[in-house]
Amino acid sequence: MNYHSRKLLKLNLAPWRFATVAGLLLVGLTTVGARAFYLQGLHTDYLQGKGDAVANRNLTLPAHRGQVADRHGQLLAISTPVETLWARPADLKLTGAQRAQLADVLDLPLATLEKRLARRTRGEFNIKRPVTPEQAAKIAAMGAPGLVLRREFRRYYPAGDVAAHVVGFTNIDDVGQEGVERAYQDWLAGRAGERQIMRDRRGNVISDRAPIKTAQMGGNLALALDLKIQYLAHRELAAAIARHKAKGGSVVVLDAKTGEILALANQPNFNPNNRRDYEPGPMRNRAVIDTFEPGSTIKPFVAAAVLERGLYHPDSVIDTPETWRVASKLVRDVHPHPHMTVTEIIQKSSNVGAVKLAMTLTSQQYWDVLHRSGFGELPGSGFPGETAGRLRDAASWKPVEHATMAYGYGLSVSLLQLARAYMAFANDGEVMPLSFLKREPQEIVGERVFSPTVARQVRSMMEAVTQEGGTGLRTRVPGYRVAGKTGTAHKVVNGRYAPDRYLSSFVGMAPASNPRLIIGVVVDEPSDGVYYGGSVAGPVFAQVMAASLRQLGLPPDAPETATHMTQQMISRPKGGA
Amino acid sequence: MSRVNIVLALTLVVCALAVVQAQHRSRTYFIELERLKKEARALDEQWGQLQLEQSTWANPARVDAVARQQLGLLAPTPDRIHVETGVDLP
Repeated sequence: MNYHSRKLLKLNLAPWRFATVAGLLLVGLTTVGARAFYLQGLHTDYLQGKGDAVANRNLTLPAHRGQVADRHGQLLAISTPVETLWARPADLKLTGAQRAQLADVLDLPLATLEKRLARRTRGEFNIKRPVTPEQAAKIAAMGAPGLVLRREFRRYYPAGDVAAHVVGFTNIDDVGQEGVERAYQDWLAGRAGERQIMRDRRGNVISDRAPIKTAQMGGNLALALDLKIQYLAHRELAAAIARHKAKGGSVVVLDAKTGEILALANQPNFNPNNRRDYEPGPMRNRAVIDTFEPGSTIKPFVAAAVLERGLYHPDSVIDTPETWRVASKLVRDVHPHPHMTVTEIIQKSSNVGAVKLAMTLTSQQYWDVLHRSGFGELPGSGFPGETAGRLRDAASWKPVEHATMAYGYGLSVSLLQLARAYMAFANDGEVMPLSFLKREPQEIVGERVFSPTVARQVRSMMEAVTQEGGTGLRTRVPGYRVAGKTGTAHKVVNGRYAPDRYLSSFVGMAPASNPRLIIGVVVDEPSDGVYYGGSVAGPVFAQVMAASLRQLGLPPDAPETATHMTQQMISRPKGGA
Repeated sequence: MSRVNIVLALTLVVCALAVVQAQHRSRTYFIELERLKKEARALDEQWGQLQLEQSTWANPARVDAVARQQLGLLAPTPDRIHVETGVDLP
């Protein structure tokens, strides 16, 4: 086909018209082409960046810190998002009515709010943190420009000061600073994830541009702590500290069968929810970090050492004069008796008797028993900053030190360490490893310290402490048999033993027929005139023990004593030493 | 020959429309998924807050105070406790 040959298609156009149209089209095409080249070729990076900035977003997926709960699942620490209210001064335009409304919602006096809003700073500033979800909803509904709601995670400690020393706390960056929060930081901390996404015009997520890096939530922890027992320990200790005008004190409750730490309370303490009044003193976990000279609470180990070597029998009689000289040191008994059995030495806490027993051992033999019981070694609870106490090498002991060591001077221990060592007597010679975490009974392997016979013999000696004629009459628990040992030690002040400053302690266990709980109590400088371990620390022990046994629902092993003893306790409110 | 072409062209159009449809559905579902994820997160946070609230109410110190002061409860004295051992001793 030939177009030119067809008549109809033949156009009678002036050549200039054709040239003009073709020229215009060419110019248009060139312009568009040039523009396309300019955008696609020369400015592509810039424009692509702009486009991506509108559509693409990198989102951080927040990971919150794990929860800490007690053995029954009661919360001790939880991270939860809270809304905080910020102001952006550059955009902030509030009408008078809006200000009034805001003050009303925030429950602030209008003047205070005005003052806060009047701040002239660059960038944003905080008006109130945190605001409740209801307040946040109302503020968002106001839609006032310049008011910004931000969401941040905050750590709460519902138990407050009750479990403060065990749980510890985190700093503003959510890093554990003390206690379990610090010991298990790696486990508790979450790792934030990331997502690269593409959004549409309305802000909906259309697709992922890269594989999602999922956020790793922090792990949860179940502590060995029993919040009810912890509360009882906290309450009774605080009451005793107030009653005896003491400087401080600690209580430790151990499960004798598993080595779990069921409660650990200290005074003075702090509230981890309120970090404004930061003071390092009350934050110290004294029961784990501080050491003291154990005094008479060491005597059961002397008894165990001599029984173990077959040197004495619990009923062997020993001459115990009022005073006894070892090298330059004169050892004295407060309540002297001319003759005592080994049991009575423990029962009446005779220094002379304990020294005479200890002197039948070589220093190496005595050191060996103390060392085996865990003195001078880290107790292994995993708590940050736990102390090993101090037990010097036997080779460096002078005879005087060997003697004073028999009634608890010349070595230092922490309360946790002491309670752990008593586990050997409670658990028929076996010490279970300590744990702040809840654990299953089958995963525990104990460490044998004494033979079952020796452990039982010493335990029945310690039971005599709480019976008529003993130093621990006020440690009795109605319905249960209790074994334990009192301690009253002079404190060292400026390198000398202060005659009027004491540390009163008691470590005991119940039910004595098959101990389930060990409770250690120490009270620092009771200053209302009473200072014997049996009278100051003893009642705290008895209260906490009675309530804890009831809490655990353990059957009484001496039900007949219940009514009888209550009457006694009522008729004689001030018991023995 | 030309009939085959027409059939193929029609198939192509149908397929193209199906792709558009599938893509659209995928986006819709994705948006729905995102919405539900967001809701799950919000519920999770709410759960945390409720747990916090619950543990604040159940705080032993508060329970103790309420039991003693508001309800006037007392710890039973030992003579009012009867222990059942479950074993009848002769």
